[in-house]
Amino acid sequence: MKPGYYGNWGGAFVPEILHETFRQLNAFFTEAQADPAFWRQYVDLMGSYSCRPTPLTLAENLTRRFGGASIYIKREDLNHTGAHKANNVMGQGLLVQRMGKRRVIAETGAGQHGVATATMAAKFGFECTIYMGEEDVQRQRPNVFWMEKLGATVVPVTSGSRTLKDAINEAFRDWVANMDSTHYVMGTVCGPHPFPAMVAWFQKIIGEEAKEQILAAHGRLPARVYACVGGGSNAMGIFQGFLADEEVELVGVEAGGEGLTSGRHASRLAAIPTTADTDGIPDATPGVAQGYKTMFLQDDDGQMKDTHSVAAGLDYIGVSPMLADLWERGRVRMTAATDTEVMEALQLAMASEGIIPALESAHAFVQAFKEAGELSPESAIIINQSGRGDKDIFTIAHAFKDPSWREFIRAKGEEYGKEPVS
Amino acid sequence: MSLTQQIRQAKADREILLMTHLVLGYPSFAVNREVIARMVAAGVEIIELQIPFSEPVADGPVILRANQEAIDRGVRVRQCLEFAAEMTAEHQIPFLFMTYYNILFKYGVEDFLAQARKVGVRGLIIPDLPPEEGEEYLAACRKHELAPIQIFAPTSSDERMAKLAGHGDGFIYCVARRGVTGAQTSFDREFDDYIARCRRATDLPLAVGFGISNRADVEMLKGKAEIAVIGSATIRLVEEHGPAAVTEFMEGLR
Repeated sequence: MKPGYYGNWGGAFVPEILHETFRQLNAFFTEAQADPAFWRQYVDLMGSYSCRPTPLTLAENLTRRFGGASIYIKREDLNHTGAHKANNVMGQGLLVQRMGKRRVIAETGAGQHGVATATMAAKFGFECTIYMGEEDVQRQRPNVFWMEKLGATVVPVTSGSRTLKDAINEAFRDWVANMDSTHYVMGTVCGPHPFPAMVAWFQKIIGEEAKEQILAAHGRLPARVYACVGGGSNAMGIFQGFLADEEVELVGVEAGGEGLTSGRHASRLAAIPTTADTDGIPDATPGVAQGYKTMFLQDDDGQMKDTHSVAAGLDYIGVSPMLADLWERGRVRMTAATDTEVMEALQLAMASEGIIPALESAHAFVQAFKEAGELSPESAIIINQSGRGDKDIFTIAHAFKDPSWREFIRAKGEEYGKEPVS
Repeated sequence: MSLTQQIRQAKADREILLMTHLVLGYPSFAVNREVIARMVAAGVEIIELQIPFSEPVADGPVILRANQEAIDRGVRVRQCLEFAAEMTAEHQIPFLFMTYYNILFKYGVEDFLAQARKVGVRGLIIPDLPPEEGEEYLAACRKHELAPIQIFAPTSSDERMAKLAGHGDGFIYCVARRGVTGAQTSFDREFDDYIARCRRATDLPLAVGFGISNRADVEMLKGKAEIAVIGSATIRLVEEHGPAAVTEFMEGLR
């Protein structure tokens, strides 16, 4: 198989101008991977800076409620900056140091990857520019605020659908112009080789810890592991700990948006082969865009479609080539959760366990809640809580139609309306 | 006659050839039709027809917007093929398709190239398809006698250029500088060294693109390249002054 391919998926479809940059990146990555000191440096950094190992929490109330498998939650929300994104960016930060570059750029959907990258840049002393779809800038203002305060320049992307895919294109354009000084910190296990391999390598720390922790806490492997899937980095992170354990079922949960037949969702693999759009073809089909081959939400001409999810971080046209391969081989089962189901699961997780999953992570909770009761009480399942929900306060409060929150925002608006910003 | 031979023959009468670019269906096929007629009448030797794609990663803001607006207006790949057939029947200069790989991949690479040949297009520029990923494409181009135009960049090593040249036909598209389409390019000593490296790597004619927007730019390329590529500049011109402005602009370029 060609390097960078996972079954039928992956590859490096990059413009010639970036060929040399990718060659160098590949060389540095391969060298770092072969250097045990590099991985030790990474683990030490994550321990001292990012609360690793993150705990595996037994959700006792939820377990009692569903009456089946013991529900464990892998707490990636407790990473510094509030999501698993920290694992990847700190790893790439160490690589950037090794490469001797001084500037980093990134794209971000929900903003978590942007905040994590801006944080990493501040710590390592890199200059930092973050590309973010204009629509996501509006949805995720708190994260934009933090990125700017951390010293990054946030560039709202007004092209296309003004979401993650467009931010990725803009980041590539910047990189093409500034490749000597700049590293593109890809946020997920997508894009041209070696990005999927590199991001998956840093994220495998989640699965390695989780396996050790569940064996210690429960004495056996989990029956199932649930993770939400946008690009797929938290899923690949935790799944890698259990890939070789065939008895562990791996379940990915995509964004079902307003439903798989609504045309307003971001499910690539879960929507196949059950749904077809108005053209009579499945919503997602094999394609090549943004530098790699995978299943894309596209029309029959090969134009990418608009996607929708209440969770900005899952609102993406493609999916990791690694997950496409695992799905095709039957190793990962793909499902989808709707926006409505996500809000219900979020509320239940908050009220039962006192934890606030990110809207993205709440997708994994939906599927786990649907299935926990059908498993035996001796078994265990793990939900990967990829991030915390604080960032989503505006979206969540809006979805819950919370009256006192609305009043608070209205009053704040009036207050700001009266005082000129000085 | 092969595309390479045709370029060499045209070059015998001219100090430099002009290749222009437009995005199909932007702002409309009717405007495309008029712009192309004016370009041909003004003596343009080769025209690149870009089939719009939703993720044109190698293009700058002007062409990006043109791609998106064309798609938003409902332009389909089938219409682009039909329009190309009309143009090649009407005008006696070589036309090329420029697009991204997914358009071919989704259509079926073999089918698309058979169709491209049928509509009379002479070659293709696919910026996101390096030869390492393009085995099927390169084989089908050979089969259908289409020129798979390869791209050199200032960052390409001598070894890389030699490899690319081995897969190319028609001419080599030399990206004048780092960055995407549509921004200024400076022609300095470094540029001359780059062109000299391109020349050493291939016997094919050289086309230089990215940032060529006026007579002075074209003048600078005389004696260095066979073809000057005018891309974003024409789109901007048509947007600002309408298709009628194309004649004077093209005639004034050399």
